[in-house]
Amino acid sequence: MVSKLLEVTDLETHFISDDATVKAVDNVSFYINNAETLGIVGESGCGKSVTSLSIMRLLKNTPGKIVGGEITFLDQNLLNLSEKEMRAVRGNQIAMIFQEPMTSLNPVYKIGRQIEEGIRLHLKLDKAAAKARALEMLELVGIPRAKDILNEYPYQLSGGMRQRVMIAMAMSCVPKLLIADEPTTALDVTIQAQILDLMRDLRKNSDTSILMITHDLGVVAEMCDRVIVMYAGQIVEEASVLELFENPQHPYTKGLINSIPKLGNYTERLDSIPGNVPTPENMPTGCRFAPRCSFVMKQCLSEAPMLKGVQENHSCRCWLSEVEKND
Amino acid sequence: MLQYLLRRLLGMIPILFIVTIIVFLFVHLIPGDAARLVAGPDANKETIELVRKDLGLDKPIHEQYFTFIGNLLKGDLGTSLKTHKPVFDELAGRFIPTFWLTFWSMLWACIVGILIGIVSAVKRNKWQDYTGMLIAVVGISIPSFWLGLLLMQLFSVKLGWLPTGGLEDWRGYILPSITLGTGVAAIIARFSRSSLMDVLKEDYIRTGRAKGFAENSLVKRHAIKNAMIPVITMTGLQFGFLLGGSVVTETVFSFPGLGRLLIDAIATRDYPIIQAEILLFSVEFILINLVVDLMYGFLNPQIRYS
Ligand SMILES: Nc1ncnc2c1ncn2[C@@H]1O[C@H](COP(=O)(O)OP(=O)(O)OP(=O)(O)O)[C@@H](O)[C@H]1O
Ligand SMILES: [Mg+2]
Repeated sequence: MVSKLLEVTDLETHFISDDATVKAVDNVSFYINNAETLGIVGESGCGKSVTSLSIMRLLKNTPGKIVGGEITFLDQNLLNLSEKEMRAVRGNQIAMIFQEPMTSLNPVYKIGRQIEEGIRLHLKLDKAAAKARALEMLELVGIPRAKDILNEYPYQLSGGMRQRVMIAMAMSCVPKLLIADEPTTALDVTIQAQILDLMRDLRKNSDTSILMITHDLGVVAEMCDRVIVMYAGQIVEEASVLELFENPQHPYTKGLINSIPKLGNYTERLDSIPGNVPTPENMPTGCRFAPRCSFVMKQCLSEAPMLKGVQENHSCRCWLSEVEKND
Repeated sequence: MLQYLLRRLLGMIPILFIVTIIVFLFVHLIPGDAARLVAGPDANKETIELVRKDLGLDKPIHEQYFTFIGNLLKGDLGTSLKTHKPVFDELAGRFIPTFWLTFWSMLWACIVGILIGIVSAVKRNKWQDYTGMLIAVVGISIPSFWLGLLLMQLFSVKLGWLPTGGLEDWRGYILPSITLGTGVAAIIARFSRSSLMDVLKEDYIRTGRAKGFAENSLVKRHAIKNAMIPVITMTGLQFGFLLGGSVVTETVFSFPGLGRLLIDAIATRDYPIIQAEILLFSVEFILINLVVDLMYGFLNPQIRYS
C-alpha cells in the first residue's frame, strides 16, 4: 500500500507588510506518497518557492508567515514542532536544493567541508567517516576528480558542477523528501538535461520522494508522477502527469501545454498565454485567471470557483469543468 | 605568495617617489620664510641670507629636491631647524610611543567594534541592536579632544587613578588609547553590523539553514568569515584616521609621540621634521594597505594567488 509521506492541508502563507497582506500561498492542499515525484508548475510569482519554504519553515527571515493549515510529515505536524525539533528534520529527513547554484555554496569554504558539516550534524559521524561519505556522494552525482574537488572552492566549479555538489549535499543524509526548487532553471540546456538525468537516476536507486518545483512542463513530463498547477497562490489543477497532458481541464494548464515548443514547429510563434499574473493589489474578485482566460464567462468575473474533482485523482478549479460535468 | 609580496613591495617604490615630490612641494610652497625663522627675530638681512645659503634654500627648487632625495636615500633626513639634532633621532624617540598608542587603540577598537557589530546584526531591531548602535552613534559624533578631556577630568582629576598626561609608565597609554580608538570602534561596529546583515541574506546562508544549522552556529560557521572581508578593508582605511587622530589625542594628553612632534614642528616651521613625518605617515599607510591586502587574500580564496 502506498502511504502518504507528506500531506499539506489548507496551507496559508501570507506576506504582511505595513500597507498590504499578500496571500502568497492561499489554501493549498496536496500530498506526496513514498517514493513519488510530485511536480509543482506555475509562472513566476505564483507561490511555488514560498510553498516549499513553508514546508521547511524557512520563512523566519522574511516578512512571510504561515497563518494557517497543517503540514503533516511522517505523521507529525511540522508546524507544531519546536525550532530545535525542526532543525533535526531539515537537511536530514527533508533536504532542499535551490534555483541558484552559483550562490548557494559558501565562497570562502572548501566543498568538502560544506558537504561534511551536514553529514556530521545529522549522521553523527566522525571527521574521517564524514569525509569518506562526502567523497562517496560526490562520486554518486558523477563529479569527476571527486577527491580533488573536496579540497576546492566553489569558484573553481561551473554552475552544473555546483548544482551536482548541492544535490550530493542534499542526498548525503538520505532524506525521505527532497525539495528541488527549480534545480535546472539557472543552467544551460545541455547541463539541464544532465542534472535531470542525474535526479532520475537517484530517484530510481532510492526511496526518496521528490517535490519538483519548476515552471517548465517539459521537466514535469520527464520527471514527475503527479503534478500540481499553481496560479496566483492557488492550486488550479491537480492530476497524474499522463492525465494532465492528455486531458488538461483548466484553461491555464492548456495554455501552459500549448506554450511548450514542439519539434518541427519552430517557425510558428509560441502559443503563449496573453496578459500577466494579477498583482496582489488588483486580485480579481472572481476567478483569478479570468482576465487572461479566453473562455471567460459571466460567472467567472463575480464568483471564485472551488477546486473540485473532475475525475478520480484529477481536480480543477474552473467553472467550465463544472458546467461540463453538469451537462 | 612570496612572489606576490615581492611584487607588491616593488610596486611601492613609484608610489613613494610621488609621495616625496608631493611632500617636498607642499612644505616648500606654503608661505613663511624658514631662513628668517632659523636666524631668529633679531637677525638682520645679511644674516638671514647667510642662513638661507647655509640651508641650501637659495638654490632652485628642483636642485633642493634632488639634494633632499639624495640625502633621503642615505638615510639622512636632515637636521631639525629648532633643536639642530638629526631628524632621524628626533623621530625615533617619538615613534615607539605612537606605535603602541596606535596599536592598542586599534586592537580594542577592532575587538569591541566587531563584537558590537555582530551582536547588533544577530539581534537586529532588538534592544541589543538599539543599544549597540546608540553607543556607535555617540562614539562617532563625540569629538576626540572633548572625549579626552572628559576622561581626564573623571579618571585623572576626580578619581586620581590615571595620569593626566605624559608617559611615565604603561598607565599613560590607557586614556589616550580609549580616546583615540573610540571613533574607530564605532565605525567598525556599524560597518560589521551592516556587513553581517548583508551576508545573512545570502543564498548560502539559506543553504545552511536548509541543512539544519541553528542561527547561532550559522553565524559562527558561515557568516562571520564572509562578513569580515569588507570590514578588514575598511579597518585599514581607519588607520589613516588614527594617524590623524593621534595628533589631537597626543596634544590633549601631552603624549610624547609623533603627533605632538608634528604640531610643534608646524608651529615653528621646522620643515625637515614636517617632511619626515609626512613621509613616515605615508610609508605606514602604504604598508598597512599591503597588510590589508594580504589578510584579504587570506580570507577570500578567490584572490589568493592571483
Ligand atoms: N521576501 C518576500 N517579501 C515579500 N513578498 C514575497 C517575498 N517572497 C515572496 N513574496 C511574495 O510571494 C509571491 C510568490 O513568490 P514565490 O517566490 O513563491 O514565487 P515562485 O512561484 O517561486 O516564482 P519563481 O518562479 O520566480 O521562483 C510573490 O509574488 C511575492 O508577492
Ligand atoms: Mg521560486
